[in-house]
Amino acid sequence: MSHPSRASLIRRLWPLVALCLGVTAIVAVASLGGEELQVTITEMLIRLTVVVGIYVFIGNSGILSFGHIGFMCIGAYAAAWATVDPTWKQMMLTGLPDWLQEGQFGFLPAVAGGGLLAGLVALVLGSAIMRLSGIAGSIATFAFLAIVNSVYSNWESVTAGTSSIIGVPTVVGPWVAWAFAIGALVLAHLFQVSRFGLMLRASRDDEVAAKSSAVAVIKVRLIAFVVSAIMVGVGGALYGHFLGILTADTFYLSLTFVTLAMLVVGGVGSLAGAVIGVVVVTVVVEVLRHMEAGLTVGGTNIHLPQGSQEIGLGIVMALIMIFRPSGLTRGREIPWPFIAAGARRKPQMVRMG
Amino acid sequence: MIGLLQNLVDAANLGSLYALAALGVGLLFGILRLVNFAHGDFISIGAYALIVPSFEVTAQLFIGDWNWTLMIPTVTLIVVIVALVSDALVFQPLRRASAPTLMIASFAVSYVIQNGILMVYGARPKAANLWSGLDTPILLGDLRVPLLQVITIVVTLGLMGALTLFLKRTRYGVMMRAAAEDFRMAQYLGVNGNFVIGLAFAISGILATAVSLLYLSQTGTLSPTMGVPLALFAFVAVVIGGMGSLLGAVVGGFLVGFVVIMLQAYLPESLRAFRDAFAFMFVILVLLVRPTGIVRTRAFIERV
Repeated sequence: MSHPSRASLIRRLWPLVALCLGVTAIVAVASLGGEELQVTITEMLIRLTVVVGIYVFIGNSGILSFGHIGFMCIGAYAAAWATVDPTWKQMMLTGLPDWLQEGQFGFLPAVAGGGLLAGLVALVLGSAIMRLSGIAGSIATFAFLAIVNSVYSNWESVTAGTSSIIGVPTVVGPWVAWAFAIGALVLAHLFQVSRFGLMLRASRDDEVAAKSSAVAVIKVRLIAFVVSAIMVGVGGALYGHFLGILTADTFYLSLTFVTLAMLVVGGVGSLAGAVIGVVVVTVVVEVLRHMEAGLTVGGTNIHLPQGSQEIGLGIVMALIMIFRPSGLTRGREIPWPFIAAGARRKPQMVRMG
Repeated sequence: MIGLLQNLVDAANLGSLYALAALGVGLLFGILRLVNFAHGDFISIGAYALIVPSFEVTAQLFIGDWNWTLMIPTVTLIVVIVALVSDALVFQPLRRASAPTLMIASFAVSYVIQNGILMVYGARPKAANLWSGLDTPILLGDLRVPLLQVITIVVTLGLMGALTLFLKRTRYGVMMRAAAEDFRMAQYLGVNGNFVIGLAFAISGILATAVSLLYLSQTGTLSPTMGVPLALFAFVAVVIGGMGSLLGAVVGGFLVGFVVIMLQAYLPESLRAFRDAFAFMFVILVLLVRPTGIVRTRAFIERV
């Protein structure tokens, strides 16, 4: 292993390379399509960034978090504070510090700021709740989501409360979102194969054994929590600059559900699962949405009632959990394709908890 | 002094609602290790079952208009059926799944129920007038206590007493306690697992109905997500009470109710909008000081 040949390096990077190629191919094909498809693809890529970010924590640590959409909210608002027109800020967001009210920053510093603030909050919150046991910790993250929602919907002078922040420059198109999604994939892969990632996965599979092998479980969990919050915060900043308008309720239960559904459908145990989950759930949701809008067959409009999109997604998710509990990928990464089928290693089952 | 007493009565009232909701959540957690997100939606269903399905803003009472001796059993039956069906369709196939998987599954059930309500009744909050005759205040000296609050507290104490008697004195109650202590051992000794779990879902449905009726008569509004904050406070109550302990769930419920009311009463005006945020922060603090909760249980100590 001291002199890895080029071929073995490619093979080690293959799970990542394959995913990046797949995502790029989807964007390239979609870029030939119409306006509506571009919007769908952009949203999908932003969600990919977010879900991959969530995966870094949930997938590697095995601890369920309902709070990550709170980090998305924090990132989105922080980035919007930086890029929105100063005259509007001075009128509506009088609670912001002066330098933020008067200044206007570029898109990239804004996104970085969004990620950073989310990471800071995660550091503070995480040092507290990483000490709790799995289930209590999950509920604490849910409480965190409720705190974020309550604060951002009511803090009029900083978030414009229920009247929402408007005029966020909509600079995020498919290729910008693509760049961030690829970045997220690379980062998640690097984390996963780093020693922290390995230690964290060891603690996921057997906490006691990991502890007795000198893994500082709480510390590695906290590192993953912060890294993952930064990625999700960046995703939130992208989402704000895609929607152009921000309301705290965008970042609440529905989005939490959709992102978790993506993770579970694909399989929480692998990076490939996060990516495949995002793609599959996006397709399912789009199909249901079109059926909700209606199909015109021979002059009559047949359509599903409002809400069937959500119900359909819920049912798909329940079915996956019952019939394929470790997701579509069963917790595996994308295998190296150039070996005889018989020589492949047996798939490893990865379960949460 | 009167102000403080008044607040304490309010706290007992809200605490009762949270304690009832927490009991429903705690019961299932004890036996199944299931943190049931759908419990809040069982509560919403109990409320929505009372009205005529429509997209109108003002709700027309239907079952809610019946005489209470008929209405309460009917609504309870509806909620219990929903609880049992969700067990049969989703949780029964997942009996061997891990706790996080169960939690996500219940999240999915909750999402489906919420959107089902939305599909039939519309997304807008509705006003409904249930038992409006009951908000006449009772005067105790200078203290004005709405009759409804008294009823809430009395009903809660009654239900808790009944549940305790059931668990301690009846054959099925003993089975449930055995299952909560050690599910597999109880099965070896002849306890029918699915029956006991079904029973737990049914009781949790009954408790949810009590919350929906009391809550609706106090607030007078319905919305598809009305159960979410109740469920959230219930989880929190279960966690800080000590997971797996029913006494802990009740203590936690009353504690959370007390904290919320005191924050509402004594926070400065400008911060009052953030009441819930402060309440949840308090919860996280309690957990840091006492990660295993207020009432410790043997069942939940992780063994190597």
